[in-house]
Amino acid sequence: MNERKTILDVKGLKTSFFTDDGEIPAVDNVNFHIREGEVLGIVGESGCGKSVTSLSIMGLVPSPPGKITGGEILFQDKDLTKLSEKEMRGIRGNDIAMIFQEPMTSLNPLFTIGDQLREAIKIHKRDWSKKQIQERAIEMMKLVGLPRPEGLMKEYPHQLSGGMRQRVMIAMALLCDPKVLIADEPTTALDVTIQAQILKLIKNLNERLNTAVLLITHDLGVVAETCERVVVMYAGKVVEEGPVHTIFNDPQHPYTRGLLESVPDMRFKKERLYSIPGNVPKPGTIKTGCKFAERCEFAFGRCIEENPELYQTADNHQTRCFLFDPKEVQSHDRTVIKS
Amino acid sequence: MTEPLLKVEGLKKYFPIKSGILGRVSNHVKAVDDVSFTVQEGETLGIVGESGCGKSTTGRMLMRLLEPTEGTVTFDGQELTSLSSNDMRKARRDIQMVFQDPYASLNPRHTIEKILMEPLNVHDIGDPKERKKKVHEFLEIVGLSSYHAKRYPHQFSGGQRQRIGIARALMTNPKLIIADEPVSALDVSIQAQVLNLMQDLQKELKLTYIFIAHDLGVVRHISDRVGVMYLGQMAELADTEDLYEKPLHPYTQALLAAVPVPDPEFVREEVTITGDVPSPANPPSGCRFHTRCPFKMDICSKAVPIFAEVEKGHSVACHLYEESRPQ
Repeated sequence: MNERKTILDVKGLKTSFFTDDGEIPAVDNVNFHIREGEVLGIVGESGCGKSVTSLSIMGLVPSPPGKITGGEILFQDKDLTKLSEKEMRGIRGNDIAMIFQEPMTSLNPLFTIGDQLREAIKIHKRDWSKKQIQERAIEMMKLVGLPRPEGLMKEYPHQLSGGMRQRVMIAMALLCDPKVLIADEPTTALDVTIQAQILKLIKNLNERLNTAVLLITHDLGVVAETCERVVVMYAGKVVEEGPVHTIFNDPQHPYTRGLLESVPDMRFKKERLYSIPGNVPKPGTIKTGCKFAERCEFAFGRCIEENPELYQTADNHQTRCFLFDPKEVQSHDRTVIKS
Repeated sequence: MTEPLLKVEGLKKYFPIKSGILGRVSNHVKAVDDVSFTVQEGETLGIVGESGCGKSTTGRMLMRLLEPTEGTVTFDGQELTSLSSNDMRKARRDIQMVFQDPYASLNPRHTIEKILMEPLNVHDIGDPKERKKKVHEFLEIVGLSSYHAKRYPHQFSGGQRQRIGIARALMTNPKLIIADEPVSALDVSIQAQVLNLMQDLQKELKLTYIFIAHDLGVVRHISDRVGVMYLGQMAELADTEDLYEKPLHPYTQALLAAVPVPDPEFVREEVTITGDVPSPANPPSGCRFHTRCPFKMDICSKAVPIFAEVEKGHSVACHLYEESRPQ
């Protein structure tokens, strides 16, 4: 299964916000890649940089104050960070599309669903006839399971429920057969029964159209259900990366472990929830050392002085923690962390 | 069984929909429509449901922050729904609320000390010196420090603000705390801290909780009994273990099946319900769930199912169980 080609490769991405307090790195040297037809999850808590990462890929980081200060985003051998706004517009929506958390704010309330879908096609397919455009729009609405598409084309966003709006957004994102779909918290604003429907739809479309999906979420349940591989982010850094089964069954980074432990499980009652002490540090406050060190129960001297790198711990599994540094393994008993 | 601390009977809230230039009432949104339940002293009753099911409206009516259209709320032997607004204010000393959004529920212009002192001033508890002492004491109880008293809300993180919200609710030594989505605005790691705090406080101070939330995992963790609401009505109410292990109402079953589980090996049952929640202004006839129910029978669109016990302590409003009820 690993023979699939890498379609999007993010290398050493650095995105900073320049404020009165100086440069605040929101995404700090992030590496990951997505293969064709794969569902990759980026998971983390608020402020970990997961959304800024996705905006960086789309070239949508609000500037000023934001700016990509380093690294490259390779898509089909092109570095997206080097493209002009005009070139980027040809990629956005066409090759890489994005759906957002709140479908109501992403749709224009003054135009009908049909207007908005047709406009999106027109921008990318200038030579299409009106009839072709109309047919394509209806075809996509059917594909995402919207009932009575002809009627819905004439309706306004406020006439639709949250779940239906998100389906419209997905239809719009897929109009031009993108190679990569970025979904930033696509179900966070929806109720669970609707969330289940939308996740099923995304997975279904991923299998049928072979569109790679980058799913950004804070919900570990959503990740477990939908993704093949997971990137865990904390304070602007990737702290762990691996196949979904490995991350959930054998999490290595103390943060990943803590996060998994602190989720109340619907299937059984835990006596007491594990909780990670302290708060997520404000971006930019920790200059040296592991960003998680002050909340970590396994932290030792080196964690505060040096920046850990990503250590390969198994096939496709990497962890940014000194406990997994081959040099440390002898001196530190790893069974502590396995318990 | 001892007398319940809180008894809710036939609670209703209809919001009028006004239309036309004369603003005539053309219809009502039946936000809460005939809800009854009891809460025993020292327990945690969880109320779950999707948006628009009326769980928050119910919570607000219990404190009469919203006036019920119909129905009674009896707390500690006193009927709250018939009290004058002055007496109601006094009664609120024993019932306090924790809100969802710790950013919106704390006045940004007041120091934490002032925010926490407010309930003491309103209920005229202690003299200024005692009040100050109490503020510092409760800050420590919820895991903050007394030097935080001089700070303003914006200087705190979301989790710390929610701790302040909890401290404020505790200032008057209430018996009952109504928590409306207290952890849903928080990150998972902070959510666990606040849930643990609430459980510790319950043990220490012998509190009774009504915990309103949409997250089924959180509700299972904290509740002794759980009520599931759908479109303004109680669909099912049972002990937590019973409800999660053998849900009776098709809606509860679908809701539980829809929750994503943080375990990639877990194969969940096919989610059987489709479509959206109908509008509460124009709810379906008969059983309100019949439009989405996979087990719909003829009777379901005609008759309203009665909410009653099927087994001891397990009530459900569904025609499927009409016969299995003890007569």
